[in-house]
Amino acid sequence: MSDGLIKRIGWPRIIISAVLVMLILTAMLTGMDWVSLINDMVRRWGQYGILVLAMVPGIQCGIGLNFGVSLGIVGGLLGGLISMELTGQYGLWMSMTPAGRAWMMLLTALVAGIAISTLIGIGYGFLLNNVKGSEMTVSTYVGFSAIAFMNIMWLILPFKNGEIMLPLGGSGLRQTITLEFSFGSVLNNFLMLKIPLAGKVLTIPTGLLLFFFLVCFIVWLFFRSKPGMTMTAAGSNGAFARANGINVNKTRILGTTISTILGGVGIITYAQSYGFLQLYNAPMMMGFTCVASVLIGGATIRRAGVSNVVAGTLMFQGLLALGLPVANNIIPVSSLSEVSRLIISNGIILYALSKSGGRSRG
Amino acid sequence: MESDYVLQMDGVSKEYSGNRVLKNVSLSVKRGEIHALMGENGAGKSTLMNILFGMPVIHNTGGFEGSILLDGCPATISNPQEAMQAGIGMVHQEFMLIPGFTVTENIKVGRELTKPTFFSRIFGKSLETLDFGTMKQDARRALDTVGLGIEEHVRIAGLPVGYMQFIEIAREIDKTGIRLLVFDEPTAVLTESEAARLLAAMRDIAAQGIAIIFITHRLDEVMTVSDSVTILRDGELVTRMPTADTNVHQIAELMVGRKIGGQLTAAEERRQTREGIALKLRDLCVDMPGEALEGVDLDIREGEIFGVGGLAGQGKLGIPNGIMGLYPATGSVELFGEALDFDKLGDALQKGVAFVSEDRRGVGLLLEDSVRLNIIFTAMQINNQFLKGNMLDTREANHHAQEMVKNLDIRCTSIHQVVGDLSGGNQQKVCVARALATNPRLLFVSEPTRGIDIGAKRLVLDLLRRINEEQGMTIVMVSSELVELRSICDRIAIVSDGQVSAIMSPTDSDVNFGLAMSGIRVGAGGPAEELGGEQA
Repeated sequence: MSDGLIKRIGWPRIIISAVLVMLILTAMLTGMDWVSLINDMVRRWGQYGILVLAMVPGIQCGIGLNFGVSLGIVGGLLGGLISMELTGQYGLWMSMTPAGRAWMMLLTALVAGIAISTLIGIGYGFLLNNVKGSEMTVSTYVGFSAIAFMNIMWLILPFKNGEIMLPLGGSGLRQTITLEFSFGSVLNNFLMLKIPLAGKVLTIPTGLLLFFFLVCFIVWLFFRSKPGMTMTAAGSNGAFARANGINVNKTRILGTTISTILGGVGIITYAQSYGFLQLYNAPMMMGFTCVASVLIGGATIRRAGVSNVVAGTLMFQGLLALGLPVANNIIPVSSLSEVSRLIISNGIILYALSKSGGRSRG
Repeated sequence: MESDYVLQMDGVSKEYSGNRVLKNVSLSVKRGEIHALMGENGAGKSTLMNILFGMPVIHNTGGFEGSILLDGCPATISNPQEAMQAGIGMVHQEFMLIPGFTVTENIKVGRELTKPTFFSRIFGKSLETLDFGTMKQDARRALDTVGLGIEEHVRIAGLPVGYMQFIEIAREIDKTGIRLLVFDEPTAVLTESEAARLLAAMRDIAAQGIAIIFITHRLDEVMTVSDSVTILRDGELVTRMPTADTNVHQIAELMVGRKIGGQLTAAEERRQTREGIALKLRDLCVDMPGEALEGVDLDIREGEIFGVGGLAGQGKLGIPNGIMGLYPATGSVELFGEALDFDKLGDALQKGVAFVSEDRRGVGLLLEDSVRLNIIFTAMQINNQFLKGNMLDTREANHHAQEMVKNLDIRCTSIHQVVGDLSGGNQQKVCVARALATNPRLLFVSEPTRGIDIGAKRLVLDLLRRINEEQGMTIVMVSSELVELRSICDRIAIVSDGQVSAIMSPTDSDVNFGLAMSGIRVGAGGPAEELGGEQA
């Protein structure tokens, strides 16, 4: 019985969980501010969750790990910018109270982001159907190219709002755009719990987590619906799908599009929690973080579920949020954190690919 | 100490995580003997062979108990390389050949002969050139031993499967010091004439003093070729005896451990079929690689079990695969009076046809998914069954899956078990269950008994017959096993060279069937024609 349970959870996850617990204990014993470390971990969990969730439809529909989630991220960023432009330049929602306006701006950003991501996702899906068998390589480069392309676009897109343009008369958009006066932290602050703990305050960003779980639930439901099951079947065995009258190309486009949309929603959620929209090269490596998270959660390149996302994001972000400060505390070398982050995320990707990369796809 | 026995395995036991798969099994093979190793799927044959070859899977799971003697001396074989050095060779069921290489290169790969050159004298052995002349001679000798008259410089890619099997064998016997060869279901993919030739080659090899372990499901082959037989059942040794002292019936009985109702016999004349035409084919051409169909006309009556037989590669598989839309097809197909639209994906499914594919693992199943999902999938997809709104109706699906598991006697731990973990026969039953869940009017079953053991074969065939009798479902069964077709079909069409050469009654004589299948040129079209002149 316990054997089966261990097998179901998997040794990597048991080890990582043990490491996390150990890190918290170390932090406590060395007198670090461990409560704020936990706050950080929980906030990052919700912040990255939906971006990681974007991996699930990609894997399930058969395109593998969607390194090109940057496309969705670009869509989401555009959504955020449009929302700010509409309010700042055209006075949309200005008649509302600041709190209500923040919510409406978030909603506008989501709607615009989803619309743009949908269009991008469909095109991306068509592209990936033409490169069957090497989707992951292509998606990596598509992701990078999209960032490069948008680096040009950020300079020439006709936005006018002073809040998002480079100040002092420069042309183009800023590197980082603060969301403090628009929709920053609206989800995080919604129903936020503050629990006094060991002389510090444990804060739970309830709204952020609720939103994350809601989107997870929607995705979970989708995979129990007919189109979801169809997509899973087509992704895991194309020949089987064809024999059952399924158009595999269509389900792949659908999966890719959903993945891209989740990327868009994910970056907006991320940005509101982080407090800034980051343009230019900032989202470049985000795809890798997402891939590593879902893999650490127990997904393979052929199969992934919502539970992999929830567990994987918590573990991966936990390792970063706890591991690096604790390590820095013990071995005080600067820039160790960035190096370890790269080692952890790329190491996990490499490990997972070596475990499941050799199998041919149906 | 000299011993009569090349190989003696004594008291071998093995467990995989608490599950005993071998219990105190012994296996002994004499020099120059063909020894048949029999047992149903899951009886422990593969595990025993994995132990013999020192496969990593054995050592990674805690090793095994018992002893191995080679030529009377205790031997420890801890990896496949050691097995090779000890003179044990394996002819695989799936071919391990490199398509882009020639026959010679494949036979010699890994053991290439080299000759010194000017550079190698200075820089060492790695700069010696390949000695193609000697290698060719060696390859020729090995090919002659197995009786394959193919040129040794031909590339593997494009050769008929039958040839590949022989090349595999040639590669094994070319190894010097080979004293024990294991044939793992070598005839499973061969046509009847190729199989006969293989058996003859096995006899020649054994006559040279090499011992052979012959693993197969085909009883008649065991009777023809083997000297003695070991039977395993559920991981236990049932018996070892000389083949001469037994018969097909007894072996079959010992293997399954339950009485099976005699050999498969021809179907008795059965009830009338209904008047209507279930399936009408006119000039059907299907572009299926290796199984092309070139203009077939057929009328299949409602309520009959219609058999489609013929040798491998003649096009019989093209019929169901073309109609189901898996390969491009032209011509006209009418299902219960309605014309089939080839351009519309899944049109045959919509019109009430279900298909149990010959490629069980490739096309027939979602190997990583549960028994439940596999059973309900097509019905959900095509008829929107087991859905509440657009969501999976868990209760309905569980109920149906459980019922199917009970009715078809699918052996699984639960309906949530992953299908890839089931045995071949049970996987086949899942495929049938999936087809039946759609309540089809016409059921295509393609090679329903391929790769499953004799007990399961019987069950699958009985099942088909029961469905036909109880529900009046029209069944088209495509199979290379003539005996099986004759045991349950009402009429049998023989496909040869992409066309129907005859439609016969199951009671027709063997001679007539033989003529229908081989009265035409064998190996026509493709590379076989250029290479296999002696076969025609």
